[in-house]
Amino acid sequence: MTALLDIEGLRVDMRGGAQILDGVSITVAPGQIMGVVGESGCGKSTLLRAMLGILPRGATARGRVMFEGRDILPDQAAQARGRIGFVPQDPYLSLNPTFRAGDQIFEIMRRHATGTRADHRAKLLDLLRAVQLPDPEAALRKYPHEFSGGQRQRLLIAAALSCEPSLVVADEPTTALDVTTQREILGLLREIARARGLSMLFVTHDFGVLASLCDAVTVLYAGRVAEAGPTRAVLDAPTHPYTRLLLACHPDRAVELAGIPGTVPPATAQPSGCRFHPRCPQAQAHCADAVPPLLAITEGRSLACAHPEPALV
Amino acid sequence: MLAYIARRIALALPALFGLVVLTFILSRVIPGDPAATLAGDAATPAQIADIRARYGLDRPIMEQAWVHMRQVLSGDLGNSIFSGRPVSEDIARRLPATLELTFVALLLATCLGIPLGLLAALNHNGPIDHLVRVLSVGGLAMASFWLAIMLQLQFSMEWDLLPLRGRMDVPLGLPPRVTGFLLIDSLLAGRGDMFVDAARHLVLPAVTLALPGLATIARFTRSGVLEALQKDYVLYARAAGYGRFRLATIYVLRNAITVTVTQIGLLFGALISGAVAIEAVFDWPGLGTYAVQAILSADYKALLAVTLVVGVIYAAVNVLVDVAQALIDPRVALQ
Repeated sequence: MTALLDIEGLRVDMRGGAQILDGVSITVAPGQIMGVVGESGCGKSTLLRAMLGILPRGATARGRVMFEGRDILPDQAAQARGRIGFVPQDPYLSLNPTFRAGDQIFEIMRRHATGTRADHRAKLLDLLRAVQLPDPEAALRKYPHEFSGGQRQRLLIAAALSCEPSLVVADEPTTALDVTTQREILGLLREIARARGLSMLFVTHDFGVLASLCDAVTVLYAGRVAEAGPTRAVLDAPTHPYTRLLLACHPDRAVELAGIPGTVPPATAQPSGCRFHPRCPQAQAHCADAVPPLLAITEGRSLACAHPEPALV
Repeated sequence: MLAYIARRIALALPALFGLVVLTFILSRVIPGDPAATLAGDAATPAQIADIRARYGLDRPIMEQAWVHMRQVLSGDLGNSIFSGRPVSEDIARRLPATLELTFVALLLATCLGIPLGLLAALNHNGPIDHLVRVLSVGGLAMASFWLAIMLQLQFSMEWDLLPLRGRMDVPLGLPPRVTGFLLIDSLLAGRGDMFVDAARHLVLPAVTLALPGLATIARFTRSGVLEALQKDYVLYARAAGYGRFRLATIYVLRNAITVTVTQIGLLFGALISGAVAIEAVFDWPGLGTYAVQAILSADYKALLAVTLVVGVIYAAVNVLVDVAQALIDPRVALQ
């Protein structure tokens, strides 16, 4: 099966020397839901922004982002829009308060979907029903402040699907919502992805979300991939010390709740060698010198660590 | 929405009441005796007392205030102490000249200020941005009477491009009065030559009057757009693939402009008071020159009426501004 999305060696540098991403590679197969986890500041959002062509001023991306067989990085993803739907992090802030909800989505469809305005309207009404938004006809004419947070996220999911994408990228789409709404939205996303055979790239820092939604996971640390593999395998038997510690921070999974000493290094002062070594309990002298390559280990898993635990054969 | 409009109007009424009271008090505490001025230099104390009695100036101050209030509420602004004519007639004759000048200036300031502010913001820290900043500081710093005279010297005296003073060339006469706005009346009369002449007379005073407003509007639009550009919904719209032009103009501007619209309401007050100085320089037969005459002749009736009319217009404009804001941003009507 050829990959739908194949990110290869993606680097993002800021003017002034800060390096946000350093050679990140992620592959998403058709219909696959890939989770991306890591602490704040690891480059999760930058990864999405690079893909969507909305990097902040002064940032340059290098590498390849192959999507549907074409590198979408050079032209800032312009041609891929519409084929990639985007669900933002904060539904409260992501809709323009001065425009009607329907008009904001029609504008996206006008640019990227085929058909007439009437087609778009019929299509959008179908989608609003699919995301279970009450009274879709009336919803089109409402302003964003007339919806609840969950309803806005449903609207934004409908917007992401409006141009029939093959891939949906989502940036922690549930963190701004309360817990019960989170569950509903996650359930909705899962159902929609399954029903439409969509691929998804799902950024989160919540392992519960990861376990319930994603087929595979990529763990990012300080702009590099630490570990990747099928969700179940990685969560059940994490090999990278960072993944282990990250899981130990999660109340549902840890027997004894732990923390990771220190913080993610600033992008302007990345440590030499393995970037996790200053915080790593397994670190040895040479970890500060050599960058551990991302190597395939078993059953579709890869790892970038010289001293994995348990030790691999 | 209608409830919102009604609420804004209701809120404007106490302000107008306060204005009537305040102007009355001010007219009585300022130095100068209107009766003495009116009676002239050679008047005897008996003549002054007679005038004072005729205009009710000898009554207790509370009673005078009460009478004044009743007259204002019944729409009677009294007779000018100086000319003896009803003040409302004088004002009705002169108000359109001032309003025409003010509206044209406001139109200029808005239609140039908003695009300039937008351009500056989109070109943040670029050459256009710097140019607009220089322009807006200059526009605010320059004394308008000085600018008026400089423009007259250059465009009227030196180059003879534009008329020096007045609203219309005397030989042309005036179009039949319908609205009092010469631009509109000349069009209604089908007189293109009059329209062009009136427009030519408007250029210099309107430009002079518009410049500080233009500077203010450009600055507020610029900062509003810069702020709106930082919002998450702009990032989202870019990610979702909105067109660049549409994003930069309508999508961002509509949010940015609420602050600007508030400023336009406040500016209108500044424009009318600015018109006083500019009308004097350009010999514009408007409310400003009338007010100056009233001040010089201690015609307190005329002065009170001018203040009141300007206050009512100002309040009305600000109600309109509130309504415009609610139309731009539907959340405003909920507050």
